[in-house]
Amino acid sequence: MGGQAVQFLASGLTAGSIYALVALGFSIIYNASRVINFAQGEFVMIGGMSAVTLVAAGMPMPVAILGAVGIAAIVGLALERLAVGRAKSTDIVPLIIITIGASIFLRGVAQLVWDKNIHALAPLSGDTPISFLGATIVPQSLWVLGATVAVVIALSWFFRRTMLGKAMLATSYNQLAAQLVGVDVKKVLFASFGLAAALGALAGVLIAPITFTSYEVGIMLGLKGFAAAILGGLGSFPGAIAGGLLLGLLESLGAGYVSSAYKDVIAFVLILVVLFFRPDGILGAVKSERV
Amino acid sequence: MSTLRIEGLSKEFGGVHAVENLSFELPSGLVHSIIGPNGAGKTTLLNLLTGVYLPSAGRIWFGGRDLTGLPAHGFAAAGIGRTFQNLQIFANMTALENVMTGRHLRDHRGLWSAMLRTPSLVRTERECRARALQLLRFVGLAEYADAGADSMPYGALKRLEIARALAGEPKFLLLDEPAAGLNPTESMEVAELIRTLADQGTTVVLVEHNMKLVMGVSDHIVVLDYGRKLCEGTADEVRSDPRVIEAYLGASTDEVAHA
Amino acid sequence: MESLAQSRASGSEPVALPARSWLSPRLGGLAVLALVIALLPLALTNAYFYDVAILVGLNAIVCVGLNLLIGYAGQISLGHAGFFGLGAYGSALLVANWGVPPFAALVLATVAVSLLAYLVGRPILRLKGHYLAMATLGLGIIIAIVLANEEQLTGGPDGMPVPPFSIFGFAVQGERIWYWVVGACLLVTVWLALNLIDSPKGRALRALHGSEVAAEVVGIDSAGHKVLVFVLSAAFAAFAGGLTAFYSGFISPTKASFLHSVELVTMVVFGGMASTFGAVVGATVLTVLPQALTIVKEYEMVVLGAIMMGTMIFFPRGAVPTLAAYFGRRSR
Repeated sequence: MGGQAVQFLASGLTAGSIYALVALGFSIIYNASRVINFAQGEFVMIGGMSAVTLVAAGMPMPVAILGAVGIAAIVGLALERLAVGRAKSTDIVPLIIITIGASIFLRGVAQLVWDKNIHALAPLSGDTPISFLGATIVPQSLWVLGATVAVVIALSWFFRRTMLGKAMLATSYNQLAAQLVGVDVKKVLFASFGLAAALGALAGVLIAPITFTSYEVGIMLGLKGFAAAILGGLGSFPGAIAGGLLLGLLESLGAGYVSSAYKDVIAFVLILVVLFFRPDGILGAVKSERV
Repeated sequence: MSTLRIEGLSKEFGGVHAVENLSFELPSGLVHSIIGPNGAGKTTLLNLLTGVYLPSAGRIWFGGRDLTGLPAHGFAAAGIGRTFQNLQIFANMTALENVMTGRHLRDHRGLWSAMLRTPSLVRTERECRARALQLLRFVGLAEYADAGADSMPYGALKRLEIARALAGEPKFLLLDEPAAGLNPTESMEVAELIRTLADQGTTVVLVEHNMKLVMGVSDHIVVLDYGRKLCEGTADEVRSDPRVIEAYLGASTDEVAHA
Repeated sequence: MESLAQSRASGSEPVALPARSWLSPRLGGLAVLALVIALLPLALTNAYFYDVAILVGLNAIVCVGLNLLIGYAGQISLGHAGFFGLGAYGSALLVANWGVPPFAALVLATVAVSLLAYLVGRPILRLKGHYLAMATLGLGIIIAIVLANEEQLTGGPDGMPVPPFSIFGFAVQGERIWYWVVGACLLVTVWLALNLIDSPKGRALRALHGSEVAAEVVGIDSAGHKVLVFVLSAAFAAFAGGLTAFYSGFISPTKASFLHSVELVTMVVFGGMASTFGAVVGATVLTVLPQALTIVKEYEMVVLGAIMMGTMIFFPRGAVPTLAAYFGRRSR
């Protein structure tokens, strides 16, 4: 019985780490621009699919991973430059439609560049399952968890020690104040898209060996990463991670102990619950009303 | 005879008291003004008196009825109308439609009669239009009737807000800095408008910085400072009160005394 | 500009109201729409064209309702396909499982969905902006997932067949008859919407969009009115969903999907928010285009995505208002 629980825990944390990476991407862009980038999930897809192509072209795995992340980052930068950054109106509805349109566009392009089939990516260190506390874990899971930890550490260093990172953090706290002290908000926005895309792509590359990848993979992952971001508090970086892991665990435990058919519903029910009772997320401060 | 009465009214935002322990009465039939230096809490008070803010403490009575805690549309239904310092015009409508919307409480018909366009609705619409047009004339905006509100000049919009507020036939009309941004001639027209309204039986409550306007038109003045009531009384009493003069530090005593 | 004295004097005379011209949107536009619906069959030379026209009509009904919510009241919903799907499945199940007469089933399903919209509307519409978008998105997807999972009831992801439609015993079958049925429903829908907009209730809704605090202060119950327009638009969506189910003879959960919700919002926004006829135009263009592109089906998503991005970048106010402004007329 204990082994089963550990199993659910392990798969929940694995999925949760992916959601966390996607959620981080959402929060980074939201902080820089107050835009919810519905195309975030497509970066995950681009990462996975690009890696598949690059590996098939003969590149060694590490190079393929870097290449895939790079490609996605370029797409993210292009998205900001050509679409989001061009929007004249700052009303929500147009912006939402632009990013949703972008996600559909990217999916359409992916369909043409690649195909509609499911593709597999070789795991980073083989697929001999490891036995742990009565559960079986694939080595790739450990890579996912490890990489996420590494990313979190790297991001903390980035936000605290580099000029660009500090600029991004400042912009997220107060855009006007950041501008007044000389932060180039346009550059921050540009970089945010690139960074968010890179994070998404990394998630895609890491998860592809476990769940396979296809041109459609981005939709659900994007929506769930988005749910994770709200759960932890939109715009909060620790919140994105906490939200992602929590969502992964709840899904896994829910699927295991309650009903696996409704696994996907959990994320969206959580969205509603959080928005009804605590819109700023579990880690967000309760805002006081001010007209 | 409705009186607007507040008792112990306070509003705080995260520890800062914008308005603290205010109590006073505004009897109907007079022109009242609420003055005070910047940051004294005047607009916060106005928001409290119209239900836009929920008080942190205290109560609000109108005509003997306790209105505390009602949503803003409840205050409106009780007969309190207002204008906004930062114009809150319905930019997506014409001037006429803005005023017609102001008649919501008077000329309201339900969903089905609206969708099916019943004869009673058509009649109500016609009357609503007529009254709205009348009000536009009253504030001197008849020529803007079918113009989009987003195309009108600032001074006209200030008058449009007044027309919209009047459309609801309020017992008390609260004006938030009606003279802000207006030149002396336009301010005089506002003063005349206020006197006309008072003559017609609407109780006007003014929040204003323009001392000339305030002293010239008010029967009763309440002075706020740092969210508290400093003093209240007639124009003469207030302008010679040393506390008021001191609170307006930076304003020469001449400005207050000779307004 | 009249002085106050002058206006007071003239105020005692009866006010002459401008005559409502026959080109006023309500009467003129409706007449044009009726004309188009009446004459279009001359151009529909085969069953396929009829099918597209009917699809346009059905989408237009949803869009007119959704436009009331998004364009006039200034709210947003990324989950309206959920109401559409519930209306479809509700009607189908009432007929298939409980033998309810089709027209009654349609009405019942619409009422039931309206009730649901009322129940979730109150809490959901306390949210604004992005949060409201997210909540409606979540709601729509939950509905889609439930419809796909409850195989016993709904036939699961593969969908279920729908019994044929009849009104008071008269069978409604075949594209030609359905065309007139849908055309009539669309005309009625547009008429209801236009009447609503030009009424105190309609101004109350538009006031919500203009300035919610100002609306409250003139006595408009903003929360109540938001729920009202939400329920109304859900009713239109459910009704159209039911009609679609009966027309197609088949219904599947993709009709309740997030993608469908997004398509509907795009139609509304493309045609121009706060424009009932714009909503019809938007539905027309964005229904016909993918059909025209079935020839090159692989490019469908690329083109749809490009249209969505392009419209919002270059015409954030929508195609109809932008073009109308360009031609000098004020569109409604």
